[in-house]
Amino acid sequence: MINLKINGLNVSVEKGTTLLEAAKFLGFPIPTLCHMDGLSPYGACRLCVVEIGEDSNAKLVSSCIYPAEEGLKVRTASTRVLKARKMILELLLASCPQSKTIQDVASAHGIRQQRFKQEYEDCILCGLCVRMCEEQMMAKAIGFRGRGENRSIGTPFDIKSDVCRLCGGCMYVCPACQLRCTYNEPEKAICGGCANLAPPCVEKEEFDDMMCYMNPCVACEIKKD
Amino acid sequence: MEQNAAISSKDNICAEGKVESKDILRILESHNKDRGGLISILEEIQSEYGYLPEEALRIVSERTGRSLVDIYGVATFYRFFSLQAKGKHLICACLGTACHVRGAPRIVAELEQQLTIKAGQTTPDKEFTLETVNCLGACALGPVVVIDGHYFSKVRKSKVKQLLEQAGEGFDKFDIGKDERIFPIEVSCPHCNHSFKDKTFAIDGYPCLKINVATDHQQGWIRLSCLYGSYSVSTEFEIPEGMVVNFICPHCNSEIHSTSDCSQCGAPMIPMLVDGGGIVSICTRRGCKNHMLDLV
Ligand code: FES
Ligand code: FES
Repeated sequence: MINLKINGLNVSVEKGTTLLEAAKFLGFPIPTLCHMDGLSPYGACRLCVVEIGEDSNAKLVSSCIYPAEEGLKVRTASTRVLKARKMILELLLASCPQSKTIQDVASAHGIRQQRFKQEYEDCILCGLCVRMCEEQMMAKAIGFRGRGENRSIGTPFDIKSDVCRLCGGCMYVCPACQLRCTYNEPEKAICGGCANLAPPCVEKEEFDDMMCYMNPCVACEIKKD
Repeated sequence: MEQNAAISSKDNICAEGKVESKDILRILESHNKDRGGLISILEEIQSEYGYLPEEALRIVSERTGRSLVDIYGVATFYRFFSLQAKGKHLICACLGTACHVRGAPRIVAELEQQLTIKAGQTTPDKEFTLETVNCLGACALGPVVVIDGHYFSKVRKSKVKQLLEQAGEGFDKFDIGKDERIFPIEVSCPHCNHSFKDKTFAIDGYPCLKINVATDHQQGWIRLSCLYGSYSVSTEFEIPEGMVVNFICPHCNSEIHSTSDCSQCGAPMIPMLVDGGGIVSICTRRGCKNHMLDLV
């Protein structure tokens, strides 16, 4: 057992437990985006930052991948953590403003506006779909491609993958595009959902007017009538 | 990696460029198939075809048991790998900081204009591919342009056209007479000291050297250029690339025995006496250009 202190409270956890799990055990909320139970931790979004160490040794780490250490002092909501978290949220909003998930977390943190150049990406590269496809669906149909600002998620050669079973798991876990099928009531949807999105697992042309993976898409058919 | 992109030579690109699964299997054979081997496998495929054909990646995935997604991810991660067929000549213009301030953007613009393609593209006739890199490590010589592995420093806009013309003809052609690396030598048999010079036949505008050669089944003459640094030859019968032949003196009929092995291909090198003192050794493998000159 490893003993550590989270926000002043002592807790002992098993070896290998992450700070996120330990904090959850004590009931301290830490927002996450790229973390999901059942998928391996990845540490892509950095939303789960916490502060560890003391005084000049204090540093920010992402709790979803940081394993608990003996005697560690963790703060999940210090000024520094909140500041960093807000910044991350603003950046996420700047790249992916139509995501309901991000909007929700942002508003819970009192963010009404972001101060960066506005872009409209449909992916924050959190890798949830990639891990879902590989670890839960055992398919490995989609993955990361390219590097740096050209990094993207999709199938090899951008054509329909022959290992994809159209399970839709990737869309289900996606924090940026889960509103896809509110298309029958587009005015009510906050983000415009699927209209912005190109699901990475299918060939695009075929789905020009209904961009989700279901063929035919129930919601889109309703809208057409 | 980026530097390598510039020097990948056009010589080893498969002419027909057709993906044969046995070629890929041969490449896979020579590498270990676990995680660490992937990059070297891809490197070899790229040097074989000049790019990574989709077909080849699928075979690699099948054979190594790695998912296509992973392989594709690696192939798109590194600049060195290309998924598109490249042109015959690869032009790499440096756009690094130092070259940039020395006017590289103008050079690239000029290249683009002359070739009527954009950086990253290949001309429709598949002759030229234009790429840009961010620093080749030769900043003091900027702007640097690399064409088919030949580096050109302090390139000026006015020189671009000439460079492209030269590249089209190939840099391996020398301007005999102007190039001081090339000069005629007279050589003779190490046994009987008779000269190999043959005045009846000219190669590169100079009297050639005539020696007899023998393979397992055939015998005949080979005529070499007497210019040191020129590889022009003509032979009586066809000698396939890569074959090692025996050299025999046409005067004393003794075989010229090798004294060392070629440092490049391992075939025997045979010595010949140079008029005026010294020994020149040439590799006996057809197509191998290795030679050594020892002047005394
Ligand atoms: S949840 Fe920890 S980095 Fe995304
Ligand atoms: S900037 Fe061009 S070689 Fe370094």
